[in-house]
Amino acid sequence: MSVLVLVEGFNGEIKKSSLEAASYGSQVAQTLGTTATALAIGEVHDDALAKLGEQGISRVLYDNDPRLNNFVTEAYVKVIAKAAAQENSKVIIFSNTNIGAAVGARLAVRLNGSLATNVTQLPQINGSSFTVTRGVFSGKAFADVELTSDVKIIAVKKNSIEITSQGGTATVEKFSAELTDADFAAAPKETVMQDTDGGVLLPEAEIVVSGGRGLKGPENWHLIEELAKELGAATACSKPVADIGWRPHHEHVGQTGITVSPNLYIAIGISGAIQHLAGVNSSKVIVVINKDPEAPFFKAADYGIVGDALEVVPKLIEAAKALDK
Amino acid sequence: MKILVCISNVPDTTSKINFTGDNKEFDKNGVQFVINPWDEYALTRAIELKEAKGGNVTVLNVGEADAEPNIRKALAIGADDAIRVNAHPKDAFFVAQQIAAVAKEGGYDMILMGKESIDYNGSQVHGMVGELLGIPSVVPAFKLDMVNDNTARLEREIEGGKEVVEVQLPFVASAQQPMSEPRIPNMRGIMTARTKPLKVVEPVGNEAKTAYTSFSKPEKKGGVRMIDAENAGELITLLRNEAKVL
Repeated sequence: MSVLVLVEGFNGEIKKSSLEAASYGSQVAQTLGTTATALAIGEVHDDALAKLGEQGISRVLYDNDPRLNNFVTEAYVKVIAKAAAQENSKVIIFSNTNIGAAVGARLAVRLNGSLATNVTQLPQINGSSFTVTRGVFSGKAFADVELTSDVKIIAVKKNSIEITSQGGTATVEKFSAELTDADFAAAPKETVMQDTDGGVLLPEAEIVVSGGRGLKGPENWHLIEELAKELGAATACSKPVADIGWRPHHEHVGQTGITVSPNLYIAIGISGAIQHLAGVNSSKVIVVINKDPEAPFFKAADYGIVGDALEVVPKLIEAAKALDK
Repeated sequence: MKILVCISNVPDTTSKINFTGDNKEFDKNGVQFVINPWDEYALTRAIELKEAKGGNVTVLNVGEADAEPNIRKALAIGADDAIRVNAHPKDAFFVAQQIAAVAKEGGYDMILMGKESIDYNGSQVHGMVGELLGIPSVVPAFKLDMVNDNTARLEREIEGGKEVVEVQLPFVASAQQPMSEPRIPNMRGIMTARTKPLKVVEPVGNEAKTAYTSFSKPEKKGGVRMIDAENAGELITLLRNEAKVL
């Protein structure tokens, strides 16, 4: 048996979150004394596939059926189930993306397996007991969960596992699940990608610059965008800002929005309501800029500046421009 | 059209989270419980569809009797009747089995719920229900409309974009904003909710696939280092040289 890792592509490259899943999968394989095989679906360059060897993947199964370029739940589940059967995989790893969440649950029922999502650490394996740690209560706690079925499926939380780099090249093999038209019956009518303007996708970002009502109006949002651009960051916002329509809902970070866990989260003009903190508190370093010294966010911060966003942010942009990149 | 909306009873978003019994159990002491906020998007959209096209909205909760105030609240918001499966929700698979059993018996056209619960954040139940019933699951959806009596059109979020999907009834979908604007129950709703039917049924099977063994809380931060606003640029230097994140 080998550990199976699902990898997702984006613009022909492998997503960072999938490299994390591959690193996770190969470390689990090592503990279990076996190898890790990746399954790639959709459009990914061959050299990007072979480079998965750096994360410890020994073989890559590649299904390049063009109908799979867009995500189709049933078709993806079938491909993964077939690869798992061929590899006799008892452990299946993917990233906790929207695709991962959509296929994981169906796959768990189909393979009669245990599923843990939002997993933040490598498993503790003791004889037949297999326990993972996952984020619960929207970032306010962690839980240890034992996966009691024979087949174990793990969705790894983004940005919680270091990408390993141990050298090596993976062999790439063509793989086909021989899908029929019926598997694509629920294919999307249309796929619309946001124009990130050469920017960074928020859920994948290592640095996030986020703004709240302290920006005073949408006409000042360019400050957030300029700072983000200088730092190679994605932009995000607080719930009130999305609710009043300054920014779209998909940028809203918090308990009822997106949860992010970047290396650096810069909160500008956000007071730090408990619901917002729940969406960001697994960020490695948190910077808070707020004109109110009593803002609760400072208690969760690593670095803080008390000051007006419109005066502080231009200084940060200037300092960021001066960095050697 | 018959719509089944699944709700969970969860700690209010402002709750401080603590554990008891050697960190093995969630401490309910002093915690206010609410309808899972994500489920409210599903509930209000179901009620809107019913108001526009006619039909019936049933609320389903898998939980113990202490969930009933929030089930009544869902009825006050506009659901027609409710079912509670009388069981401690052990894990996602256990809950999905209960929902699938109720759905099979009731013959619903649409099964809606939030994209995840804010307590266990599993995001698993909708897909499991879809698979158990052999019907499509569209997750996470932020728009849901009927194209005709048999077909729904949904928009779902993918990383960096969205997909537009059309599915035949019946199907499962999970909801997130801005699918609908959650409603606050009015006085008339609260009065009528008291007499709306709430059926309590016993669970089917007892199978779970996971076991929660213990809980922990994130480590506290070491304290904040303040930088003078006049020298704000120093922050960038510290982030590079000290925190090493730039």
